[in-house]
Amino acid sequence: MITLQKPLRPDLAVIANWVEPGAKVLDLGCGQGRLLHHLAQHKQVDGTGIEIAEAKVARCIEEGLAVLQGDISKEVLDYPDNAFDFVILSQTLQQVYDPAGMIREMLRIGKRGIVSLPNFGYWAVRLQLLATGRAPVTKHLPYQWHNTPNIRVMTIKDFRLFSQEAGFLILRESFLLSGNKGLTGRTIRFLPNLRATSGVFLITGSQKNPAT
Amino acid sequence: MEANTFTFAHPPQKMCLESGAVLGPITIAYETFGTLNADGSNAVLVCHALTGDAHVAASNGTPGNRPGWWDAMVGPGKGIDTEKYFVICSNILGGCMGSTGPSSTNPETGKPYGLSFPLVTIGDMVKAQKALIDHLKIEKLLAVVGGSVGGMQVLDWCVRYPQSMVSAILLATTMRHSAQAIAFNEVARQAIMADPNWNGGDYYQGPKPDLGLAVARMIGHITYLSDKSMSFKFGRKLQDKSDFSFNFEADFQVESYLRHQGKKFVERFDANSFLYITRAADYFDLKKQHGQGSAAKAFSGSKARFLVVSYTSDWLYPTFQSRAIVAAMKKNGLKAGFCEIDSTLGHDAFLLPDSRLSPLIKGFLEKALP
Repeated sequence: MITLQKPLRPDLAVIANWVEPGAKVLDLGCGQGRLLHHLAQHKQVDGTGIEIAEAKVARCIEEGLAVLQGDISKEVLDYPDNAFDFVILSQTLQQVYDPAGMIREMLRIGKRGIVSLPNFGYWAVRLQLLATGRAPVTKHLPYQWHNTPNIRVMTIKDFRLFSQEAGFLILRESFLLSGNKGLTGRTIRFLPNLRATSGVFLITGSQKNPAT
Repeated sequence: MEANTFTFAHPPQKMCLESGAVLGPITIAYETFGTLNADGSNAVLVCHALTGDAHVAASNGTPGNRPGWWDAMVGPGKGIDTEKYFVICSNILGGCMGSTGPSSTNPETGKPYGLSFPLVTIGDMVKAQKALIDHLKIEKLLAVVGGSVGGMQVLDWCVRYPQSMVSAILLATTMRHSAQAIAFNEVARQAIMADPNWNGGDYYQGPKPDLGLAVARMIGHITYLSDKSMSFKFGRKLQDKSDFSFNFEADFQVESYLRHQGKKFVERFDANSFLYITRAADYFDLKKQHGQGSAAKAFSGSKARFLVVSYTSDWLYPTFQSRAIVAAMKKNGLKAGFCEIDSTLGHDAFLLPDSRLSPLIKGFLEKALP
């Protein structure tokens, strides 16, 4: 499979780095199984994926991955509490109808969650809106208002505030400025809400002991 | 390919059936393809559906060899690669393709069993398959594979013999029949039993209930197709004519097709076996029989890896029934893959050549192989 030879998308590389070896992982919206394949090969991870597109699911199963076809919002409901060490939602929260419910379920079925999201607070996005008066279209967010799958527009700052409202803890953060069509990325430490194109967050339920 | 029979449950050690009746001796007709490896770890059991037989594939491409019922999937280099795996397929208990069933001779009377043959269940069929697998000295099957009623057998294997299998492939199947599925089977059974030649199941010396069995097959065929596939294949096209006959000949192509299917079927199938097997499928209820009403509980002893596949246009065993199986696996932390294949072909889709199912099964089996 040729796509597997390419380097991991930068946010996935961060996620892969945070996942502990041998962990039980659920990847929500796993696509063609790029992350799961990487985790199985490099971290001996016991992984499961959920993906809605038949062709992508088929690709995963052909590669020997345990992937279930379905809508992530519904599929998470069947799992018992704490069934996974990590539940991953990469670049998908902005497409979820009920983000608070989604994160609640993630942290019910998993001990920890990892969420990566596009940062709509990135300076070029802000500038475009200000300068053109139109809904921004950038290389990181290439959709028009009428065809975007991103039904939620959020920033890194928003997600931090949301953690307090929705009652979960952010244990770890990483911010990325991606280049080269999203294939490469560098870490941003200073003013991430202005300078980063995406954020990655390790989260846990406020009731949970982060050490477990 | 090797066509064989295995006989067990010789009296007085008859097999106890789920109904409480005993049966013996029992002969199981089976065929094997490929070679069992030294540690016996590459055996794949294929379970056939309602009217199948042990001949799952044509043998090694020998010219003139009778086609198998799943040639699209089983053979050298195919989804279930007979160069890699040792494939076993047996005719189910109660069938009429070489295994003991109602058309077999009862050794105690010297006459065919007919309706004196005890009702057998999916679980009884699976127990007989297990006896065969033991006889072949296979400790652990790499995979048990089946679609439709064959999938019911796979489900029963998963809960009855969890230690004896590494993985399971469930295609277009269900944990139990819906009222609608039972209803279609009942109409089919009534068609057979309404045929005067059926004669209470005692017809082996005289004319057979061919008309009833043909109608039963026609009903079955409707449930295996979909509205779309029938519209595409036949529409309202007429058969070899440009106008209606204004009588009851087969005017429409779909009528002609169903009549042909019915006619072909009676040449190869026993009407009583049809009654027994549809009954077994209707009785099958994994939740009730193995989980005290809970699907999750039924799978609690299972350790297998699963592949579940359903088809969008299968209205006999719709996707939600496959999803219920998957949900039970999720609750038990079992590794599973699930794919709903977009198809217009209806329930029969799993049997037909398709470029999508083979790679799924191939990839899944490779992962299961130690």
